[in-house]
Amino acid sequence: MSLYHRPIPLFWWLERRSYLVFVLRELSSVFVAWFVVYLLLLINAVSGGSAEYERFLDRSGQWWLVTINVIALVFVLLHAVTWFGLAPKAIVVRLRGRRVPPPLIAAAHYAAWLVLSAVIAWVILR
Amino acid sequence: MTTRRRPAAEPLLWLLFSAGGMIAALLVPILLFLFGVAFPLDLLTPPDHAHLLAVLRNPITRLVLFGLCALALFHWAHRFRYTLYDGLQLKRFSVVIILFCYGGAVVGSIISAYLLLTVG
Amino acid sequence: MADEITLEVVRYRPELRIEPVVQSYQVPLREHWAILDGLTYIKDHLDGTLSFRWSCRMGICGSCGMTVNGDPQLTCATFLTDYAPGPVRVEPLRNFPVIRDLVVDIGDFMDKLPTVKPWVIRDVDSPVEEGEYLQTPEELDEYKQFSMCINCMLCYSACPVYALEPHFLGPAAIALAQRYNLDSRDEGASEREDILSSPEGIWACTFVGECSAACPKDVDPAAAIQRYKLTAATQAIKNFLLPRGAR
Repeated sequence: MSLYHRPIPLFWWLERRSYLVFVLRELSSVFVAWFVVYLLLLINAVSGGSAEYERFLDRSGQWWLVTINVIALVFVLLHAVTWFGLAPKAIVVRLRGRRVPPPLIAAAHYAAWLVLSAVIAWVILR
Repeated sequence: MTTRRRPAAEPLLWLLFSAGGMIAALLVPILLFLFGVAFPLDLLTPPDHAHLLAVLRNPITRLVLFGLCALALFHWAHRFRYTLYDGLQLKRFSVVIILFCYGGAVVGSIISAYLLLTVG
Repeated sequence: MADEITLEVVRYRPELRIEPVVQSYQVPLREHWAILDGLTYIKDHLDGTLSFRWSCRMGICGSCGMTVNGDPQLTCATFLTDYAPGPVRVEPLRNFPVIRDLVVDIGDFMDKLPTVKPWVIRDVDSPVEEGEYLQTPEELDEYKQFSMCINCMLCYSACPVYALEPHFLGPAAIALAQRYNLDSRDEGASEREDILSSPEGIWACTFVGECSAACPKDVDPAAAIQRYKLTAATQAIKNFLLPRGAR
């Protein structure tokens, strides 16, 4: 019996929109790693004294760096939204023997996101 | 199928990946918006050096930032490893990919720890 | 509304050609006709050589899964009018070897399914005279969703990980394992642990989520897999931290 095996194209994720969104979601991790690098450069500059911090601020205004960071922000937001959307699938919480509905778990994640973002902004900007 | 004892690495790596995904989703957007977009484009006035240094000297800040850096890097390592496996069908190079990804996360975590411990 | 629609059927007849070819047929476009009715019309009136599987025609048997315009579908539950004016492309289920026309070889799934022991396992079977194993409605709700699986394999067809990694245990098998793990009458979770926690089990899944999107019964295999990942990871930590007796 000769069976037919459909070949898988190298870029199979271009065949369906949902596959493409999946690969973009996975690639968001690259921008998370980029952020860590950027954050470490910032920490290093702050440790190095006032002059070095000023130099960091000047450099961070270069057009190509701003472009990278804007793209990174879009990907990081994609990560956050997809992460909070999928978390209720893995996390099952019970309160007084009853299962907390998944949308409520997602809402709790968004609330935590809002609060933590506000706290960070306050600590940095105050 | 065999019922050999599985390696314990996958659950641990998945937990690091998940913790990193969670902390990155919660903390990275605001930090990246402020330092990567808002301050460089003068949408907001950047904090002065003395204030940031004081914030960085706080041990709680350092602990949070270390957790963020290390876990976010392990999150990247795990996700990127599977992206290379599936997205580019490179599973045959899995040894090199594993060394690059998790090795990178370990090295990055050590660098973060060093930079955070030596804040002036 | 036009009274006919074109079905572009991907046909594979190894005795004629080693590659599949597309063959178009005009079938009546009737309001209550599913894709499967169109295929049956072809078989009865236009071309008796066309091969495809079907049985119940009501979304229970899981035999008539095919790829319709690129999506995995039960052809008995997918209607021609939703694709008007057409044409509609009907292909065999993806990710399975094709035997002939729209008929695929499901042997791989049939081999994998029993490895997760999808039945109630008891440490000690109580005798029939003692009556049924009782269960509350709340306990039923714990696994009911996962018990709706009809083994149609649309989730395997939608899963890119299964396409790339044929050893992957796959969505339905893991969801069915969870169906019994979460059943209050079952005591076999530890017997399913090794196969589920192997590299070909849950850890191969990258949570694409397409299995759950494809499922015609809302089983949500992706959720079953992620839940088990959390369970297995927590168990691994306990095994690592706690002495043997205290687990």
